[in-house]
Amino acid sequence: MDDLIPTPSQTVGPYFRIGLTWKHPSPVVAGPQAKGEHVRLKCRVTDGDGAPINDAMLEIWQADADGKYNHLDDPQQKAVDPECRGFGRMGTDEDGRCEFQTVKPGRVPGPNGTQQAPHLNLGVYARGMLKQLFTRIYFAGDPANAEDSVLALVPAERRDTLMAKPDPAEPGTWRFDVRLQGEQETVFFDI
Amino acid sequence: MSQVTNERSIIIKPYQRHTPGTQPPMPYEPYKSTVRRSPSKPLIFLPHTLSEVTGPVYGHDPIAETDNDLTRQHKGEPLGERIIVTGRVLDSNGRPVPNTLVEIWQANAAGRYLHQKDQHPAPLDPNFSGAGRTLTDENGAYRFVTIKPGAYPWFNHYNAWRPQHIHFSIFGTAFLSRLVTQMYFPGDPLFDYDPIYQSIPDEKARQRMVSKFDLETTQPQWALGYKFDIVLRGPEATPFEA
Repeated sequence: MDDLIPTPSQTVGPYFRIGLTWKHPSPVVAGPQAKGEHVRLKCRVTDGDGAPINDAMLEIWQADADGKYNHLDDPQQKAVDPECRGFGRMGTDEDGRCEFQTVKPGRVPGPNGTQQAPHLNLGVYARGMLKQLFTRIYFAGDPANAEDSVLALVPAERRDTLMAKPDPAEPGTWRFDVRLQGEQETVFFDI
Repeated sequence: MSQVTNERSIIIKPYQRHTPGTQPPMPYEPYKSTVRRSPSKPLIFLPHTLSEVTGPVYGHDPIAETDNDLTRQHKGEPLGERIIVTGRVLDSNGRPVPNTLVEIWQANAAGRYLHQKDQHPAPLDPNFSGAGRTLTDENGAYRFVTIKPGAYPWFNHYNAWRPQHIHFSIFGTAFLSRLVTQMYFPGDPLFDYDPIYQSIPDEKARQRMVSKFDLETTQPQWALGYKFDIVLRGPEATPFEA
């Protein structure tokens, strides 16, 4: 049988909240009882003019603190933390912001027997985007970043756009900016 | 899709990549909002790892009984033309995608969304919210009952109107197969003027977004039926050592 052409993506448009985030918002990626280092992740989405995008949606997918994905295709022989759903989804507010409650994920297997550095997978959706963009959120200062196979694909001077930064004023809070375009444009991946 | 070979090494089955022209470009100038909302630098090619080939199966709360019937979510029935929208979620290898969350949202029959940012001077319908969700069954099939959404104007260019459409969101089997799209109705005269629909260069791919009228789905004396199959990226045939 011939391969089928996948259905093309279309924009979520300005009214996605009706179907996706009003009745079923998902700010909790990992609950308070989840194992691991708890993280409040504050995100902000801006456009090519640096203006906040108030109709963007962020989706997170991550492993639990042991580096196990809550998914049948994760073949690792370890149990999933039931308190870590691994998925989050929020729309941005008028200032382009949204936040998630989660834990820092463990390292997951990478290519050739390597281990990836702790990271969250992020999907970015908005009016004015005909398809979602994929990026990753790493943790600034983690020594594992130096040996991460995906970060190694990114030009060194752009890696900083993939780093969440700890907020010195709020312990446990990390900040991550999604800049769709411009000088400090976030690195996006073709997955 | 993947298996353990030893403690640290696992086999990842990568997914198929899109054929050029079958997905929308970014930016796409005729759709003006894309111009400042698209990256200026090329995307970095990422060979698939466990992070991309896993994904949320369905993330949320249980499905309520009327979630897939948008005509029964209020005291009265919504105005408009009642329709049945049904189809299957398949992967690009033709395999059904069972137990995956399908979410929809849409304008009412007058072309108005229940959203404070929608200023189109058309009436809201107190009996219509325009949101639905369901899980595919073991054959990848889903079914919604709703009303046909109206066309509505937008500000992209002079006299711009969106063709009638229903927004669809599908989780699929992996984070990379996640899809948000729009379902259109056959023969819509607005197709030629709509940059969102026109953004897909490949004609066959574009036709994937157009539902088909289906007499078998149509219920006598009750509602017209439309078929809309959704195809998600599927795994490549041969696994390799990752």
